Amino acid sequence: MASDLTPKVELRGVRKRFGSKVVLDGLDLTLGRGESLVVIGGSGTGKSVMIKCVLGILKPDAGQIFVDGTEVTRLRGGAREAVLRKFGMLFQGAALFDSLPVWENVAFGLIQGHGVPRRKAKDIAVEKLGKVGLGPEVAMLSPAELSGGMQKRVGLARAIAANPEIIFFDEPTTGLDPIMADVINDLIVATVKDVGATALSITHDMVSSRKISDRIAMLYQGKIIWQGPTSEIDNSGNAYVDQFIHGRAEGPIKMEVRR
Amino acid sequence: MNVFAAIGRVVLNFFSQTGRLTVFTADAVSGVVRPPVYWNLIVQQMIRIGFFSLPVVGLTAFFTGGVLALQIYNGASRYGAETFVPVVVLVGITRELGPVIAGLMVAGRVAAAIAAEIGTMRVTEQIDALTTLSTNPIKYLVVPRIVAAVISMPILVAIADSIGVFGGYVASTEALGFNGAIYLNNTVNGVTYDDVSSGLIKAAVFGFIIALMGCYNGFHSKGGAQGVGSATTNAVVSASILILAANYILTSVIFSHG
Repeated sequence: MASDLTPKVELRGVRKRFGSKVVLDGLDLTLGRGESLVVIGGSGTGKSVMIKCVLGILKPDAGQIFVDGTEVTRLRGGAREAVLRKFGMLFQGAALFDSLPVWENVAFGLIQGHGVPRRKAKDIAVEKLGKVGLGPEVAMLSPAELSGGMQKRVGLARAIAANPEIIFFDEPTTGLDPIMADVINDLIVATVKDVGATALSITHDMVSSRKISDRIAMLYQGKIIWQGPTSEIDNSGNAYVDQFIHGRAEGPIKMEVRR
Repeated sequence: MNVFAAIGRVVLNFFSQTGRLTVFTADAVSGVVRPPVYWNLIVQQMIRIGFFSLPVVGLTAFFTGGVLALQIYNGASRYGAETFVPVVVLVGITRELGPVIAGLMVAGRVAAAIAAEIGTMRVTEQIDALTTLSTNPIKYLVVPRIVAAVISMPILVAIADSIGVFGGYVASTEALGFNGAIYLNNTVNGVTYDDVSSGLIKAAVFGFIIALMGCYNGFHSKGGAQGVGSATTNAVVSASILILAANYILTSVIFSHG
């Protein structure tokens, strides 16, 4: 039984490489119970790889991953599915199933993963759609009929449908206009609070990071190079963090640009 | 030095692909006997794979049967053996052309569609989403398609056999002056259990190959639209080649006693 002090998710020395490219290089990260952590970092720094390793979509080459104090690094089959029932995930492109109507997308995890009857799952789906500001008329539409912002909201409704203990947000505001991005940020804050979940978000949107996080960590070259409370991000004393949060081309982080 | 490196890469790639396909096939086959079984998806896929392939397979079988009758008549008439046309058409269609033509047509239609659908799901992270929703993508996406194809193909080929023989009948009676009743009589008297059953066994194997290649290539597609395009092409090409290779092996095995 995990105590209140046991981290909800913990990564210890996680390594992952693709061919000769090292993406995660001994990554250590702890996600406390009930906190909202945002991991920032440039494109291609391994943020998505990190959460895919936690979810078991990718297998780390080395290191350990714990959920509620139990090691889950090499879990497969039914044991992995049992751990995944604790998670909800909002994908960058929403990743809605185009062959299913909106309500069935939202209810998918309830029906397939939790064995909830379809009729009851549909009622829950409509209720969750309401929580993200979408009316019941949207439930019967196909995902292809929705705008990008609406798809993100449906993805959010799907992520919270089964009242998960942990929710991952992968670039939740990427590709949205600033107003819709702020709407999604507000929804993330409200729904995480409502469900009482622990949240891990990855993004390079600093406005979003400041709004949705209690704590921020920065990933660079496969390692966490700085972490601290959101209120301290402007006084981190770390040149890499300063360059990133102010979006400067000049600084210790060199982008590979061919002229 | 570079030549050796290139050869090494090709060899390594071959073994890694073979290993990946073997693991994928084992996962898919073991998924058939492990719950949950998605019956509604199996029925849905049987309609897509079997029912919607009927027009194209039926038309192909009809014309193939007709052409077969014309060509066999052309050869047989040189030896005064025209009366063998009905039975040779029957044997040609049921043992070889029915299953092979249907297999190749369904490979073009269905393997491509499966690879494109699953490939798009892969590149848009829908397969990852299935995993996060505690659903095994192999059981949910691959197993129903394989089971549906293995059941649908023999049914499709049985219908194709009938239409192909009918095509031979139409060509023989309309273009070659055969008596319809005698043609049918010779066909019915000439049919054996082995002729039909061997074709249906082949059809089930071809169905497995088609669905497996479509799913495998879609599942391992990379990148965006180009990756899905490559997966679709690879699915059709690999399914077609494997169907022809499997046909040779099955023919050798099934008819080795005779």
